[in-house]
Amino acid sequence: MRTVFTALVLFSLIGVGSVSGRDIHVGEDRAYSTLRSALDSAQDGDTVYVHEGVFAEGNIVIEKSLTLIGKGWPILDGKGEGEILTVKAGFFSIEGFDFRNSGTSFIHDNAAVKFDGVRKGQIIRNRFKNNYFAIYLANTSQCVVAGNEIISNLETETLSGNGIHLWYCKQVTVQDNNIEGQRDGIYLEFVEDSEVFNNTAKLNHRYGLHFMFSDRNRYWNNTFTNNGAGVAVMYSRNVEMWANTFEYNWGDASYGLLLKDIYDSSIHQNLFEQNTIGMLNDGCVRMEIKNNRFINNGWAVKIMANSNDNTFSFNDFIGNTFDVATNSRHNFNLFDRNYWSKYRGYDLDKNGVGDVPFHPVKLFSVLVEKNEPALILLRSLFVNLLDLAEEYIPLMTPEMLVDQKPLMSRVQ
Amino acid sequence: MKPFLKIIKYQLQDLIRGKWILLYALLFFVLTDGLFRFGNDGSKVVLSLMNITLFIIPLVSIVFGSMFFYSSREFIELLLAQPIGRGSLYRGMYVGLATPLSLAFVAGVGIPFIYNTYHTGAFGGIFIILLVSGVTLTFVFTALSYYISVKNEERVKGVGLTILIWLFFAVIYDGIVLALIFMFSEYPLDKASIAVTLLNPIDLARIMMLLMVDVSALLGYTGAVFKQFFGSPLGLVVAVSALIIWMIIPVWLGLRSFAKKDL
Repeated sequence: MRTVFTALVLFSLIGVGSVSGRDIHVGEDRAYSTLRSALDSAQDGDTVYVHEGVFAEGNIVIEKSLTLIGKGWPILDGKGEGEILTVKAGFFSIEGFDFRNSGTSFIHDNAAVKFDGVRKGQIIRNRFKNNYFAIYLANTSQCVVAGNEIISNLETETLSGNGIHLWYCKQVTVQDNNIEGQRDGIYLEFVEDSEVFNNTAKLNHRYGLHFMFSDRNRYWNNTFTNNGAGVAVMYSRNVEMWANTFEYNWGDASYGLLLKDIYDSSIHQNLFEQNTIGMLNDGCVRMEIKNNRFINNGWAVKIMANSNDNTFSFNDFIGNTFDVATNSRHNFNLFDRNYWSKYRGYDLDKNGVGDVPFHPVKLFSVLVEKNEPALILLRSLFVNLLDLAEEYIPLMTPEMLVDQKPLMSRVQ
Repeated sequence: MKPFLKIIKYQLQDLIRGKWILLYALLFFVLTDGLFRFGNDGSKVVLSLMNITLFIIPLVSIVFGSMFFYSSREFIELLLAQPIGRGSLYRGMYVGLATPLSLAFVAGVGIPFIYNTYHTGAFGGIFIILLVSGVTLTFVFTALSYYISVKNEERVKGVGLTILIWLFFAVIYDGIVLALIFMFSEYPLDKASIAVTLLNPIDLARIMMLLMVDVSALLGYTGAVFKQFFGSPLGLVVAVSALIIWMIIPVWLGLRSFAKKDL
């Protein structure tokens, strides 16, 4: 009797103390039929397997370090009220769930999954449908958000929240997610040293990707298609952006990439195609913009007068209605060795560099900048003549904004 | 209708004998084919073709039309000695010139366009808009040229006037519009700018083509207004009606003057 008791005590002690933890199964005909009861009795380090089924148990708050694994896509339904999973634990991992209908609210940012103060968490391969916010990370560090499918049919910007929302986070990796129909696809505010790559954001109501006050982040290989206003990177330093695709962002205030007060960042090898405005530089300083392709945009690049010391080199400007537009007669940026499909110069010494400098800002684009309805005269003979005259005797276009060495053939 | 058709037939024979019409077709053919050959980028070809169409067609239609009318003076006098109504003579001469001019354009642009793009099938929409615009502009400016020629007895004055009219629609009008836009920049101008476009057939054709080519730029603020209007069924009806009115009014004016003219 006594030995049995000792064995039991020992066993339970091992059980509690062990890092590997127990396995707990939830589902019909399993040890636990509700997720809440299973999580109540789970201990730090346990793995909870949730099997096929629909679980609508209101807002579940978890303060234990657990691994949750969904088998056969169990559905967690918020029924349009409040949050679904709120996690306040050290470590937490969740995989294979189907989250639906977290509640729309104008007061709370209700998310399908919210991590609050989590270290080393994972949210991988889940599905999200019609949630207000899908994934919300606050005060979180060293987490991975990967391979999630996020779709919302909520109609307007006010009714939908962000797909992946990061607030006060460090060293977070966001990769291989698809986000569709949310307000912002991916939103970063006060996020540092994080990486965003291989994601696709399309048809979101506002921005595909939205950066605010987030320094030292990198994003690459993402595709941003047909979002309400494209991608916005604001008030940040040392951001690296490369090999992304910005396309089909059409509309009055729509940008492939909107840069607002960005310092010391680099933009390499991106593709800007068929956007109303490919890239807007507003208050950008010391940016290196290199090896990008700007194809068939309305305006490839707009540079506001408050931007300076930016370098544009080895970019391809092909078939844009306007290559560069600016609201200033001065220029404090450098354009060097880009390819311009509008360039009409020649290359006598055959070194691949045109012998005549290229002025990418046309008179007409200055006129349109001052008074937009003038756009109706686009490509009229009169405007072509004006542009031609301005080319020989510049009166209104910034003389200093010039590519002294325009390339004769495409870079990429 | 018999004399009307016969007149068209004689017109055609006369034109082909003159070889000008063949040169005109050849010009379009060489330009289009050359653009495809030397400009590797298809969308660039479309843009250049658009500029060429908007530049050449009104100019050639109006100048060639009036020159043709003046040189047919003896032919007209001869025919009017026969039992032929002035109305059917005028209409026959009009259709008999505008149709071959249009055909020359369609063949000149169309043949190289089709054999250069048929394997990709690209630019189908813009191609059709291009052809329709070109044909419509031909009919509009031929009608204008005939009216001017009927009104002016003197050949030099008539031809000079046609060049002036062309210059007005092709260049001066847009200059005035630009000036107006800057003068009234404090006011909302979206509706006014649509109205302004309807008053110039060249601008109308240009906007229709722009909507196909520069859609991303035009989807900025002003463009959205245009897209909304010309993209809607109502807008299309208005645009087409405007172009038809641009054809009918000069023909009607010309017919009226021709009927009363002392020859």
